[in-house]
Amino acid sequence: MNEFTERQMKLTWRPPKASYDVVIVGAGGHGLATAYYLATRHGITNVAVFERGYIGSGNSGRNTTIIRANYGIPAAVRFYQRSVDLYRGLEEETDRWLMHQQKGILWMAHSEAAVRAERMRAKLNTEFGAETEFVGPRQVEELCPELDMSGGGRWPVLGASYHPQGATARHDRVVWALAEGAMERGAHVHQNTPVEGLILDGERVAGVRTAEGDIAAGAVVSAVGGHVSRLAAMAGLRLPIRTHRLQAFVTNHYRQQFGPIVASSELFFYASQTARGEMLLGAEIDPQPSFSYRSSHDFVQDVCRRALCLLPFMASLRVLRQWTGVCDMSPDYSPIMGRTGVDGFFITTGWGTWGFKAIPAGGEQMAELIASGETPELIAPFGLDRFARDRTMADRGSAGTH
Amino acid sequence: MSLRIPCPCCGGRSVHEFVHAEIRRVPDHLTDPDERDLDFAFHHDNEEGIVTERWFHALGCRRWFEIRRDTTTDRIIEAAES
Repeated sequence: MNEFTERQMKLTWRPPKASYDVVIVGAGGHGLATAYYLATRHGITNVAVFERGYIGSGNSGRNTTIIRANYGIPAAVRFYQRSVDLYRGLEEETDRWLMHQQKGILWMAHSEAAVRAERMRAKLNTEFGAETEFVGPRQVEELCPELDMSGGGRWPVLGASYHPQGATARHDRVVWALAEGAMERGAHVHQNTPVEGLILDGERVAGVRTAEGDIAAGAVVSAVGGHVSRLAAMAGLRLPIRTHRLQAFVTNHYRQQFGPIVASSELFFYASQTARGEMLLGAEIDPQPSFSYRSSHDFVQDVCRRALCLLPFMASLRVLRQWTGVCDMSPDYSPIMGRTGVDGFFITTGWGTWGFKAIPAGGEQMAELIASGETPELIAPFGLDRFARDRTMADRGSAGTH
Repeated sequence: MSLRIPCPCCGGRSVHEFVHAEIRRVPDHLTDPDERDLDFAFHHDNEEGIVTERWFHALGCRRWFEIRRDTTTDRIIEAAES
């Protein structure tokens, strides 16, 4: 056994206690970040994270690792900007290399309407703290010389909104940095331990039922991705969530360095280069609600056809791997965080296609909510009660793809 | 291969030609009219397993029909015109 496995075994092989202050369901980015910030910011370490598979085995390991804050509504811009800021300091804070790389994101406009929309978004983002500017075709070409500015003749690049803080990070490293950070301070992460039910004490959630026995908890947090409706139903809740799958794929490696992240809402795709040099492409969710992890050839074909309009150099690359995650989509394309109306039960869900970039801020704010008992201002607009209050946070235009 | 939807009129066609629609059922235990409205407008069963759903062949015969599909595997069990 090498040093690495030995250290990890010491950290992860702990028998569950009979009761914890906080039990988090789901050891993905959001669950672990909540445990991490509970331990580091609030000194709450009597915490357990229960995971059906292994750490980061769900959507945290299936996303396209893009970090950005150029969203379409003020509350979202502020929230994601907080996340971008936390990500920047996370390597130093956790003392681990997360392969965080700031590369800037170019969001293309191919029509007059899109130019107007991108201009508007650049103004709104800058106003609320996420620096973004609208750049003309000449600057776009300078920032990304590989682009076909005529867009294959059909999708001319008329400009783009440029968000220099756009970045990527390595998903496993982020998840493990948070997991180890939490575990070193005393939190437990129980892998291969599915939560099978919730223990109800009258109206209140008082613990979880697992394969290892019943565990009492002061607060239960659902950080589940994909099967959250099932967990919420155990607490008698119905959620405004529908689960769709989202696919992505990488090509073999492109020898040159490909600078920025390129996105286009009209062509419905985005591309970036991974640290290994592979070109990583993603697009929209599949149209039917589904929990299946199957990926389809149609998807690759479709996305390639659109991506080649803008990035013709990719024609000489080959598709290497393809994978699928399942996304919890909320009706307004914004996350749902906070209290649920059921005592002792908190929820962070609706992370659809924008979960990875929100990991640190989501965790930080949930931790603050649990520790202080008061909903932080930053996430107050994203509560589950917004649907009943008719205060939906419609953000499909900027959250729709990634 | 992406999901193929067996249209009773046109045969199996790509899912991209269709519009998916859920059959909304507000649970009976909800009695408050406001709660029922909220549930109807926003909440979903989001069931894992076999569901009955409606599809509209938007880029084909433009008819509605029902299918039964397993959401965990995307296997279609049966289709019927409605």
